[in-house]
Amino acid sequence: MADVLQQVVSGIASGGVYALLALALVLIYRSTGVLNFAQGEMAMFSTFICWELLDRGVPYWGAFFLTLAISFVGGVLIERLVIHSVSRSQALTVVTVTIGLLILLNGAAAWIWKGEQRTLENPFPSDTFEVGGVVIAAQDLGIIGVSLAIVLVLWAFFQRTRVGLALRAAALNPESSRLHGVRVSRMLALGWGLAAVLGAVAGILVAPTQGSFDQNLMLPVLIFAFAAAVLGGLDSPIGAVVGGVVLGVVLNLVGAYIDFFADLRLPAALLLILGILLLRPNGLFGRSVVRRV
Amino acid sequence: MPLLELKEVEARYGSVQALHGITLEVAERQVVAVLGANGAGKTTTLRAISGTVRRSGGLLFDGKRLPRSPEAVARLGIAHVPEGRGTFAELSVDENLKLGAYARRDRSGYAGDYEGLLEHFPWLAERRDQQAGTLSGGEQQMLALARAFMARPRLILVDEPSLGLAPLIVKQLFDVLRAWIDEHGMSALVVEQNANVALEHSERGYVLEVGRVAVEGTAAELRGNESVRKSYLGY
Amino acid sequence: MTAGRFALRVIGFALFVAIVVYLPFRISDFRASEFALIGIYFIAILGLNVLTGYTGVISLGHGAFMALGAYTTAILVADHGMRDLWTIPLAGLLAAAAGAAFGLPALRLSGPYLALATFGIAVATPIVIKKFDGLTGGSGGINLFEAEGITGLPEFIVTLPGGKVLSFNDWLYYLTWTFALALFAIAWAIHHSRFGRSLRAIRDNEIAASASGIWLASHKTLAFSISAFYAGVAGSLLAISAFSVQPGAFPVDRSIALLVGLAVGGLGSLAPLAAGAAFLVFLPQWAQDISKAPGVPAVIYGAVLIALMILLPLGVGGLLRRIMGPLTSRLYPRS
Repeated sequence: MADVLQQVVSGIASGGVYALLALALVLIYRSTGVLNFAQGEMAMFSTFICWELLDRGVPYWGAFFLTLAISFVGGVLIERLVIHSVSRSQALTVVTVTIGLLILLNGAAAWIWKGEQRTLENPFPSDTFEVGGVVIAAQDLGIIGVSLAIVLVLWAFFQRTRVGLALRAAALNPESSRLHGVRVSRMLALGWGLAAVLGAVAGILVAPTQGSFDQNLMLPVLIFAFAAAVLGGLDSPIGAVVGGVVLGVVLNLVGAYIDFFADLRLPAALLLILGILLLRPNGLFGRSVVRRV
Repeated sequence: MPLLELKEVEARYGSVQALHGITLEVAERQVVAVLGANGAGKTTTLRAISGTVRRSGGLLFDGKRLPRSPEAVARLGIAHVPEGRGTFAELSVDENLKLGAYARRDRSGYAGDYEGLLEHFPWLAERRDQQAGTLSGGEQQMLALARAFMARPRLILVDEPSLGLAPLIVKQLFDVLRAWIDEHGMSALVVEQNANVALEHSERGYVLEVGRVAVEGTAAELRGNESVRKSYLGY
Repeated sequence: MTAGRFALRVIGFALFVAIVVYLPFRISDFRASEFALIGIYFIAILGLNVLTGYTGVISLGHGAFMALGAYTTAILVADHGMRDLWTIPLAGLLAAAAGAAFGLPALRLSGPYLALATFGIAVATPIVIKKFDGLTGGSGGINLFEAEGITGLPEFIVTLPGGKVLSFNDWLYYLTWTFALALFAIAWAIHHSRFGRSLRAIRDNEIAASASGIWLASHKTLAFSISAFYAGVAGSLLAISAFSVQPGAFPVDRSIALLVGLAVGGLGSLAPLAAGAAFLVFLPQWAQDISKAPGVPAVIYGAVLIALMILLPLGVGGLLRRIMGPLTSRLYPRS
């Protein structure tokens, strides 16, 4: 039993990372209708930037927040320079652009950092606690803590600030928003900036858990994040968080206890999600769109 | 100087020209009606003003050229209540109203105006947290109007306020509009299919036909005009 | 279609065929193998176009159907001694069946959800292949070098009157392009058939199409199935040209590449899709020629792709349509 709880806790921690990246995907999907296949690579690039800052002697939390700021700007620039130009095109074109971005960012990281393995400093101690017979790693608690904090800050931003309201409105009804003076294109850029920040946090949290990392750090995480977003509902931020955590926990439990699926974690997760989609085609918390003719 | 002046304004949707040279004026503290059959260009005229459709020609607000983008026009103090109401269905009533006030310079005035709003829309207080999409058609129309009021606009553009509403609600709507105008010194340009109601509540009116102004005058003049009476007033 | 227009199309096609037949005489042996690969991609992209161009479904998973076709051929040839050529249509049919099996339930999902479901399948494919190693040979894959059923062997050499030597790569080239041209003609026929028109009606306005009696489910499933057939044939040809199959040959990249090829070629076009296939084969090489430093070719590829999509959002086909606009639908099927 204690064993199971341990797996659950570390599942929540890895789920937290998926949740953050899934939240980024949902944020962009909700506001611009785009599936950003480059989200993981953007996060990876941010992680490398953090590494670079740390390597140059910047203290950890300074590097952390500076990376977030740089990532924000990066996200805004990508939206303004690349995405905006194709935003009115057919879906295929937009998807292809994000794929191009994925390839470009992966290559750029390999080029700049020479494809070598790097290690990212772990801000959390490597101790473990014991609570009622369950062994919990401080690192897992740390990841859960940071993820939770970010989600709460984001929630407060969207629900309690004027700009957050405007961003939500711009995503829901851009035409009407304009009539109220909301600069919709600025809101879109803002959305991309925030998503980039979320991705950066995800990358910075996950990199230390891998031991070392290179430019392929986020590729599997992206897949899990998409799975989590789909599970929760592509237009539901709550769904992204719940989906991420559920996915993390389920993957851990399945991987630990079902031998057949040990190396089939990923397909098992995907099968699970496909199954859920058959019952709820818009994910657990998604809304079906009523189409008016 | 009139608050709003349109001179030979043209507008097109793609290759189809909808306005062929509209000339009209709205003075301060005035309600002006825009009448006409379907397809005459009434809605397009409002869109041309708010910048939601590409237009050319002279558009002056307070003597200055109107900007191109809807956001900028809204920030100048022109509130457009569009066809379809523009309700943010997934947001609460309260959030809808906050959005209405988004472009205001004086954020502090919000609370005071909200109080004033409640006098005209008492039901708003109970429904603050209700999802706007669950309101009835009439309530959504009133919410749309309330949203526009929260912007403290100098000019409000209202598109077909009576559409799909019971006559009693329509009367309430226009009463509120009139009251707010008298209290706050606003002007209104109202597009209406229901010419009777519109002329009852406005000082002046324009009748559009095929993208041009066919007849203009005071409400009384229009009601006296025989062809207007026959075509639009039904008697 | 008028007799005049039809005649023009036939002439155009004949020209296309002539170029394809004559090309190996003008290019090197190595280039012939590259063009064979272009032919393979062309087939897969043609199929994907039937799905995406007509129903709007974006599939990131057609590499899985290619894998299915490839493994079908490999297993039939290696384990059952079948002649490779006969396995090609079989591979296509099996893939088509899988396409229908996936397509039917997939109909419940809307755009992005369906796209991600197909993405999931593409991701899972190499893993699943490795897992069922009894059938698939696991990570090692299946080797076809010693198989009896292989028609074209590496030692294959034919000297034509006139001195031209046709090698194994030329054999591959003609094999793939025979199928490519045949499937191209079929795709063209589909476009102009009643089925094609119904599909386009669905794409343009699903609700209206449904209201006018077009049964959405069967049409969409059939489109899925056809696109899977094409991918299966392409996969089969891939196995034959590589003399082997392994899970590593079907990473997610391959499915994504098909989508990229479709976007570059131009959704809704037919012949210009070959340009998309050429892009997939030549651009990575060209990028490598510029610089072999780690990551740089990818940066070049990504940058070119992004620039292409910004400048030509409707692909090469879209560009050609714009240029030939005044001549309207003379040379290219309008979608």
